[in-house]
Amino acid sequence: MKGKTPARSFGDKSFDIVNGFLVAFAVIVCFYPFLYVFSISISDGVAVNQGRVWLFPVRPNLSVFKMVLGYSDLWLSYSNTLFYTVVGTVANIVMTCLAAYPLSRQRFFLRRKLNFFLAFTMYFSGGLIPTYIVVTGLGLYNSRLAMILPVLVSAYNVMICRSAFEAIPEELFEEASLEGANDFVCLTRIAIPLSKPTLAVLTLYYAVARYNDFFNALLYLGKKELQPLQLFLRKILLLSSNEIMQTAGAGTAISAAAQSTLQVRYVCIVLAVIPVILICPFVQKYLVKGTMLGAVKG
Amino acid sequence: MQSKEDTQFFSKKNWYRGRYLVLMMVPVIVYYVIFCYLPMIGLYMSFTQFRPGSGVAGIFTGKFVGLKWFRQFFHSPYAFRLIRNTFLLSFYSLIFGFPIPIIFAVAVCQIKHSGAQKVIQVLTYLPYFISTVVVAGMINNFLSPSSGVINQLIVVLGGKPINFLGDPKYFRAIYVISKSWQSFGFNSIIFVAAIMSIPQELYEAMDVDGAGKWRKVFSLILPSIKPTIILLLIMALGSLLNVGFEQVYLLYSPAIYETADVIQTYVYRQGIENHSYGYATAVGLFNSLITFTIVFLSNRLSRKLSDTSIW
Repeated sequence: MKGKTPARSFGDKSFDIVNGFLVAFAVIVCFYPFLYVFSISISDGVAVNQGRVWLFPVRPNLSVFKMVLGYSDLWLSYSNTLFYTVVGTVANIVMTCLAAYPLSRQRFFLRRKLNFFLAFTMYFSGGLIPTYIVVTGLGLYNSRLAMILPVLVSAYNVMICRSAFEAIPEELFEEASLEGANDFVCLTRIAIPLSKPTLAVLTLYYAVARYNDFFNALLYLGKKELQPLQLFLRKILLLSSNEIMQTAGAGTAISAAAQSTLQVRYVCIVLAVIPVILICPFVQKYLVKGTMLGAVKG
Repeated sequence: MQSKEDTQFFSKKNWYRGRYLVLMMVPVIVYYVIFCYLPMIGLYMSFTQFRPGSGVAGIFTGKFVGLKWFRQFFHSPYAFRLIRNTFLLSFYSLIFGFPIPIIFAVAVCQIKHSGAQKVIQVLTYLPYFISTVVVAGMINNFLSPSSGVINQLIVVLGGKPINFLGDPKYFRAIYVISKSWQSFGFNSIIFVAAIMSIPQELYEAMDVDGAGKWRKVFSLILPSIKPTIILLLIMALGSLLNVGFEQVYLLYSPAIYETADVIQTYVYRQGIENHSYGYATAVGLFNSLITFTIVFLSNRLSRKLSDTSIW
């Protein structure tokens, strides 16, 4: 026994070192880009141009933030995104519950047929062009509904919600129906309150998807007044940010160096990412449950 | 007690008993019919000469042209390149992207401080929730030959700036690395949960045997989560031809079509930008059929290997 101990502790030590290195590397790789973007966004323009900002902000100031926040298109797109996210997510959750509850009832005579009806769409779709023809054919081009109706419910999330409803003891529903509760009452008074953790995860998934939705906006929203944040970001981050600087630069007295394209872009990234960063930690405790159900039973 | 559920479709009793459930499903069914099944019927467009501007009815009123669009695609010089790029991008993502969450999950579970573990998990799954536009924007700006941080670093180290996004040979690496970066933390959640559910007694039994940490990983942890690994591998195989359209679309340019252009981006350009609706639908249908076949086969495989089926 005694002879084994040093060898074992050497092995364990090497393990701890490799392990610690792996985890540290993973965290840095995930976090550093955001820290870098944030630091550039609030650093002094001269320091940024000299390439002196690597980790933490240098001589932090909010001049570029002020300039970007003074740009009305940003606010327009932000408020559009807020609308699409709130209305879209509410509609998504309502539809998901309406679909998941009947599918979770073992006695429902159409359960298998409807289950197949939904699941089939997870594996086969009409694809981009026919969907585009249908959506535009319904007159949804340049309509706010184009950001909501085509993505009203996700079959994958319905399956997650269904397995959460199925996990509720059947007796609860039987007792309720003996006392005269119909299926709508059972859904709103029993199934939904007892599936809060799963619904929290689904709300997060839907809200993030609506907030991040870029492709539907690209396809269906040609009018600038309707465009969400993601299209605005694409214009600034990937196409050009001259416009924002011209509009804002005229009225504000900022040094030319501070108006670097790079900083404007990084400020926009910070503004776009903040809501997501704020929400993520709160749902962590539910996340495991949501993803487990989805992968194992979906 | 009912021994068998009564699934008779033409039964008044069933419809009456399930009336509220049917009522709940009505909006859902309407949605699926209009936005999922109608487009599937719309695939008929790939056999017709669709007239732009003819609306939904145009799906049926276009002149029938048979397999013209399919022939045109397979005779075009792009067919091989598109199929190769689509396959390679998703294949490399699977090869490099699949093991990372497993390794990370094992590593993060060794962190015994539960607060630290939670913080690490939040930080690593955060990129998953960031929009493709922002990720593509960060990649584009980090890799910029003039102001990008990567090229600044290369210059500091004495190298010459590289135009990463303008040279076809870098695109696959950029795609795979950024995709793995964005998803490894989130994908590790399920493996972490699987590792956490290994009974503590098994670890203690290995302590008694004098097993070190390395041996615990290879003789206990990895064998215990093998079912989860196999299940997720099969699911990943099923989505083998699903290339992230948005990511490619936002990062590519004509200069790097040679490695970056995939079937979906080609469909987008042909259909939405050039208005060749019939042709683009045909190419898309080809893509859907292959994807569907792969999912079908991988599901058969999973039924054979285990009891787990995704259907």
